[in-house]
Amino acid sequence: MSIEIKGVSKRFGDYAALRDVSLTVDEGSLTALLGPSGSGKSTLLRIVAGLETPDAGSIHISREESTALPPQKRGVGFVFQHYAAFRHMTVWENVAFGLKIQRRPKAEVSRKVEELLHLVQLDGLARRYPSQLSGGQRQRMALARALAVEPRVLLLDEPFGALDARVRAELRQWLRRLHDEAHVTTVLVTHDQEEAMDVADTIAVMRDGRIVQAGSPQALYEEPASEFVVGFIGHVNRVGGVFIRPHDIHISTVRGPGSLPATFRRLVYLGFDARAEVVSEEGHPLQVQMTRDEASLLELVPGQQVYLTYTRTHVFDEMHVDGRAGQTDALVG
Amino acid sequence: MSALAPALPLPASAGRIGRRSMIRVTVMGYLSIAVLLPLAAIVWKSSGAGVAGLQQAVTSPETVSALELTTLASVAVALVNAVTGTLIAWVLVRDTFPGKALLNSVIDLPFALPTIVAGLTLLTLYGPLSPFGVDAAYTRWAVVLALLFVTLPFVVRAVQPVLHELDPEMEEAAAALGAGKSTTFRRVILPNILPAMLSGAVLGFARSMGEFGSIVLISGNIPYRTEVASVRIFGLIQSDDVVGAAAVSVVLLVISLLALLLVTGIERRTRRYER
Amino acid sequence: MNGRLALRLAAIGYVLLLLALPVGLIVYRAFAGGVPAAWQAMTNPDALHALWLTALIALIAVPLNAAFGVLCSIVLVRHNIRGKAFLGALVDLPLGLSPVVVGLALVVVYGRYGWLGPWLADRGYAVIFAVPGMVLATILVTLPFVVRETVPVLHEIGTDQEQAAATLGASPLQIFMRITLPAIRSGVGYGVVLTTARALGEFGAVSVVSGNIIGETQTLTLYVQDRFQSFDSTGAYTASLELAVLALLILPLMSLLRKKERS
Repeated sequence: MSIEIKGVSKRFGDYAALRDVSLTVDEGSLTALLGPSGSGKSTLLRIVAGLETPDAGSIHISREESTALPPQKRGVGFVFQHYAAFRHMTVWENVAFGLKIQRRPKAEVSRKVEELLHLVQLDGLARRYPSQLSGGQRQRMALARALAVEPRVLLLDEPFGALDARVRAELRQWLRRLHDEAHVTTVLVTHDQEEAMDVADTIAVMRDGRIVQAGSPQALYEEPASEFVVGFIGHVNRVGGVFIRPHDIHISTVRGPGSLPATFRRLVYLGFDARAEVVSEEGHPLQVQMTRDEASLLELVPGQQVYLTYTRTHVFDEMHVDGRAGQTDALVG
Repeated sequence: MSALAPALPLPASAGRIGRRSMIRVTVMGYLSIAVLLPLAAIVWKSSGAGVAGLQQAVTSPETVSALELTTLASVAVALVNAVTGTLIAWVLVRDTFPGKALLNSVIDLPFALPTIVAGLTLLTLYGPLSPFGVDAAYTRWAVVLALLFVTLPFVVRAVQPVLHELDPEMEEAAAALGAGKSTTFRRVILPNILPAMLSGAVLGFARSMGEFGSIVLISGNIPYRTEVASVRIFGLIQSDDVVGAAAVSVVLLVISLLALLLVTGIERRTRRYER
Repeated sequence: MNGRLALRLAAIGYVLLLLALPVGLIVYRAFAGGVPAAWQAMTNPDALHALWLTALIALIAVPLNAAFGVLCSIVLVRHNIRGKAFLGALVDLPLGLSPVVVGLALVVVYGRYGWLGPWLADRGYAVIFAVPGMVLATILVTLPFVVRETVPVLHEIGTDQEQAAATLGASPLQIFMRITLPAIRSGVGYGVVLTTARALGEFGAVSVVSGNIIGETQTLTLYVQDRFQSFDSTGAYTASLELAVLALLILPLMSLLRKKERS
């Protein structure tokens, strides 16, 4: 069930939320719409769902023209940031809602609800009310509810945004696993680049109502098309107009050809890796990423003189707003 | 959800537009027949005698006396309510004692009890056959008493939720900075409940201005002494001076409208603080 | 602690003197002439008629205003029209209106020399000095309650649930019946209780509009006044007792529903 978005534009009063956006979502993929607030990603998702109508452009779901269809007829499942749980119904009734609307026989409804509750690991909570569940549980219920009607497409609007960090990370993994099993075409809206990188097959980065780059997480990280993308995805050091990834900088205590002098300030151990904070001769603070082993081998002392080499940098020609301009890579050393 | 998306349910589609217009037309129609039409009629009728006639009707001595009494009593009662209402709300929110739930329930009595019954019982208690030996019937105090009864809940119910929602951290911070109980009340709590007090008092005021049923029995309706505006209007209707009645009604209407505008203004300003 | 006790006693004392005592007295006075006399007073034809008429008017006015209240709340909260403030003000207006003014307004429109009066009279419809007028008066004075209590609840629940229901295939009617209405039921319930209380107790407006014809256009409230002015103490107090009992039944409903609404 692919989604074809063509030339979609939308204004709210004076405000242009979406400008001529086009995107293809491949069948069975998990695509993330990633961007800061105000980038238009939620609006785009809601237009795909039929909860908003575009001023221009078209939506095709499974190659069917869907732009004028109401949400009821699109076969989309939608999960809201704040769960949209039916407060006056039990968990069981929430999940069964779509099936009851379709007038499925009681036995079938029962069976499906039980299956889904088991799938989202909410067995035993069927008789509870949403107010008695934690945030994470409510969102799993919302997911089960959306999946109950076997949607062609699953749309999630910042589904983990209202949850705390630990739960967010867990549910993220869980969603990916669910997707791998069920293979429903999924579109996820998020402002958290880590989440998008972790979970998605394809990421479309949005800014000011446009898609500035779309591709696999790998592609976006390694071949960012603009300053915005390189700064938004992953960590990056900025020196004037040059962007350098922390793991593209190497520290040596010995001066080598083309290496730049800097002062070591501080080392932080972060799980698998270590991060060294250094200051260049010109006074630019830089973060360098290395393995724990590399860090201990260097035996750095605060204030020590070190030498940096860059294995890769990114420079952009920013005359074009949407980042279509070219990019020069300097491969040094 | 995107902060930009307006809180509208679902986008337009042909059937949807038709349905929404139908709802709107029904609502407007109902309102027009129920409210707009009678309102327009009164305003129109009051203009029946022209500006001069209007002026004459409104400045007749009996009318002026009635309006004066009504306004003075309503203001006095509003002021008393501001204090007693807040006091009661305070006790209901901050204190715990057996029977508190009952007290809370009883506050609604003036909203539930018909005004005529209220008037009758006040007359019984504080009139000629009073078990207390207090005879306030046919005096101006009777008017004040009746108004106190019917407007009691307004300030209480307005202040209660605000007191309830008040962040205890503010008071704790004040205490940590050395403020005593009365200072904390004056400078931390009072400013926060003031809008609610005001809007409750003003709603009570609007109600008092037009109050009829509870006053009719106990005040005796003596012109120039205990006749309130609503009774005056009633009298004018009975003597078939519909234009005069309409004129005085318009005065009351204007006062009520101003009061309601004030309340809406207060509510709007309070909402600004909250975000 | 002493300060707190003093506050407590002051509050309780004020409420007691002003509210609780008067009501207790009604009971006393109603049965002051003995139980048989009280029974007689309550069951004579005029008293029964008054009770029946009061109930009838409430039974018409309350459902109408409830339905209107829900629709109006939806327009005020979910629709995007200009002049919403005007609409809101129009709905709130009866709150600030003296009941006598309400009655007068209806007389001006539907009375013998009114705008619509003669036209209706020609077709055999009497509004003033008849039950329809009293129903209209009651509708007008109780108009705001359901709307005012439902609007904040509608605001609070937001549109998410309704949109979720749409994506799950529910038609607009199904959304309204299964999602919206149950979600706002606490507000509507409380509003209905307030409306009913007011409808049963309306006096000023119906006083003007009804012509106060005993046995025909007297509601229970008008009956109380009538009996009082005829020096029929038992009659006045027994009728008051009936109204007070209704009020006391409504009171706990108010508390219950207000609590539900706030939570």
